[in-house]
Amino acid sequence: MRMHIRSGRVPEPRSGNASQNLSAQISTARPSTEEPKMSIDPEPASSVPTVARRSLLRGAAAVGLVVVPGTSLLSACATSGGDSETDGGGGTKSDKNPFGVKEDAALDVVIFPGGYTDKYATDVHEPLYKKAFPKAAIKHEAVTEISTVVQPRLASGTNVPDMINNSGSKLLDFGAMVADKQLADLTDLWDAPSVDDPGKKVRDTVVPGTVERGSFNRKPYVLYYVSTVFGLWYSGKLFSGRGWTQPADWDAFLKQLDDIKKAGITPYGYAGANAAYYQYTVILTHAAKLGGQEVLKNIDNLEDGAWKQDAVKQAATAWAEVGAKYLDKAYEGLKHTDVQLQQNQYKLAYYPSGDWLENEQKKDAPADFTYQLLPIPVKGKLSTKAVRATAAEGYLVPAKAKNKAGGLEYLRQMLSRAGAKGFGELVGSNTVVVGGAEGVTFPPGVTSSTNALKAAGKEVVDFFFDGDYKDIEQECRTATNALMFGRETPDQFCERMQKKADAVKNDKSITKFTR
Amino acid sequence: MQHRKYPFVFGFLAVPVALYLTFVISPFAQAFYISMTSWRGFAPPKWIGFDNYRRLADDGTFWKAVQHNGILLLVLPLVTIALALLFAFLINVGGGSRSGTMSGVWGSKFYRVVFFFPQLLAVPIVAVLFQTVYRPNSSGLINGFLMKLGLEPVGFLINPKLALWAIIAALVWQCVGFYVVLFSAGMASIPKDIYEAAALDGAGGVTLFFRVTLPLLWDTLQVAWVYLGIAAFDAFAIVNVLSVDNGGPDGTTTVLSVEIYRNAFAFSRYGYASAMGVALFFFTLTFAALTLRVTRRESIEF
Repeated sequence: MRMHIRSGRVPEPRSGNASQNLSAQISTARPSTEEPKMSIDPEPASSVPTVARRSLLRGAAAVGLVVVPGTSLLSACATSGGDSETDGGGGTKSDKNPFGVKEDAALDVVIFPGGYTDKYATDVHEPLYKKAFPKAAIKHEAVTEISTVVQPRLASGTNVPDMINNSGSKLLDFGAMVADKQLADLTDLWDAPSVDDPGKKVRDTVVPGTVERGSFNRKPYVLYYVSTVFGLWYSGKLFSGRGWTQPADWDAFLKQLDDIKKAGITPYGYAGANAAYYQYTVILTHAAKLGGQEVLKNIDNLEDGAWKQDAVKQAATAWAEVGAKYLDKAYEGLKHTDVQLQQNQYKLAYYPSGDWLENEQKKDAPADFTYQLLPIPVKGKLSTKAVRATAAEGYLVPAKAKNKAGGLEYLRQMLSRAGAKGFGELVGSNTVVVGGAEGVTFPPGVTSSTNALKAAGKEVVDFFFDGDYKDIEQECRTATNALMFGRETPDQFCERMQKKADAVKNDKSITKFTR
Repeated sequence: MQHRKYPFVFGFLAVPVALYLTFVISPFAQAFYISMTSWRGFAPPKWIGFDNYRRLADDGTFWKAVQHNGILLLVLPLVTIALALLFAFLINVGGGSRSGTMSGVWGSKFYRVVFFFPQLLAVPIVAVLFQTVYRPNSSGLINGFLMKLGLEPVGFLINPKLALWAIIAALVWQCVGFYVVLFSAGMASIPKDIYEAAALDGAGGVTLFFRVTLPLLWDTLQVAWVYLGIAAFDAFAIVNVLSVDNGGPDGTTTVLSVEIYRNAFAFSRYGYASAMGVALFFFTLTFAALTLRVTRRESIEF
């Protein structure tokens, strides 16, 4: 499975690989039937008082029992850590150096080398930083299992990186890090003068919603850098060959699904085994288009009855019908890679995903496949053009970073036009920097999603509960599969989700977030 | 020399005891401690006493996982041991007496190797293999065959009623070979003359098995039972890789270890996950103690 872009809020399907490290293969242990015959005493057995040996062993065991439960030893192990937060860099602050980076301070950068690889960091962003601070030494690390490698360093407070690209299937939990005060406040970054125009604050150079996306209880902690648009994807080649055009409304969409079915192609599908959240994204976007952005806001803020809003129920009903009539039941047992491959083989027409899909399938899709995006074809309070778009791929600066100012400066450099353009050229994706992709030619899929986002104008919706409350996210995956594969009714779906949301709301141990 | 004995003994014990304390006792103790905190993995843990355990008591998913572990605990050892005994008997004794010694059915040497094969594969690899075996469309090994026959494909892993059994079947396939070898070794140590004597008295294959082989294998069976029981308490790798949606559909295949993993590494609730770990520790301990006690009977010397 190829790891691809995702942030805490846009998780990649979980990979099974994780289990390999952890599985204790007890069943493979071989029984030993032989008794150890070694003697620990070189002297003849008769001269050894057996009592002495036994009491010695007992003594050793007692030592173990006394020492181990001591909390002093325990706190020195897995759970140790300090609270110390570091200050600025110690350099002089100026418009060119708003955080006061000490110019020869080393910078420790951790990048997740997923679908984007880490080339954009080594070839674009790090050189930009180096240009601004030529005396700084940059330590670059590409880390696939972020939490495995970075968490112990954060927990112990030693060797803390200055900037982390927190992504992949093993990313650190943003909510937990915020609750434990591990992240540097990015307010300074957003208020700093931008690299290209010192008269403009950084927050005014990015797409609206970017700061909010990385905020927890309205305080910014994470920079989500990649602009991501969600929708239903199809092959431009397949559709134009068959004379199928983008349906204008829900009825036309259902009629088209009928036609597709008659043509012997599976009309609609997603991977139930590990990517059910692609589908709940569709259902919730549908709900928001019917009832407005408020619908999702209520869900995110755990308002009473949020999952039982009419719009949610209607959306669930509409998609349950699609599930019953146009979905291949076998897809519940398939992984996203399998289903995406089926689409590339023209066996599947519509597939819900974000616009990383094209890049992810680069090697598998035929060259003339021509990915195209269809916004969920439904209107209500919002028009058919409305889409779910979000910023993905999280970048953060640890509160305990040695060169915190350098970390912030690195993010500021990423948000420069040069940084955004270089990223776009290397990776083929849009960033949150407004106009950052000017002069970059994107492949057809990203072009179509870029256009869709432009056409949507202000009708851009997003939700946050999936990153804020993992319990609800997990339940939503399960409930979505049950709904789409016909085990539960739309009413049961809403009932079940509401029950989980209420449970989370009433659980004092879970940190709450409002947007 | 008496006075030099203690330093000598201590010298020998220091290293293993230190290793044992560091790598076995200390993690256990830490897990007990963490289970009493609300630790999320970053800031120092906060002591919350038995809150996590109280929460466990009302956690439906936890009890569902316990129930699945219970099913595994009953079915996995029973089926595996029954199959392994049967295969081992056929391989070693099933062919009857040939020129004075007991031998297996024709081709038994070949079967012995074949049965042992799955044991050489790591569990996650077995799980990935079985994903293909169970795949619910025409590219699945079983369903491709069924669909060629014009039958409806079976959703082995997506039918909530079938999923757990499909996973148990994969587990049995994986571990039966080892127990065939284990029981074969046990059978090989049973003196041939006992079989011959019984055969002379007119005992058939079935009687030989139940009256001679089984009683003389009791110690080995007991070991197998404990091993399989512990494997049933684990089952992490196979469930995590093979099941849809990590323990799905709808939590119908989840087991304790998967819930521990999810709570620790997906939800960052290390305290709660540790509480589950402690619960699992006591389940396993109780099981091992019970099994050894219940199955204790006088072994037969021969």
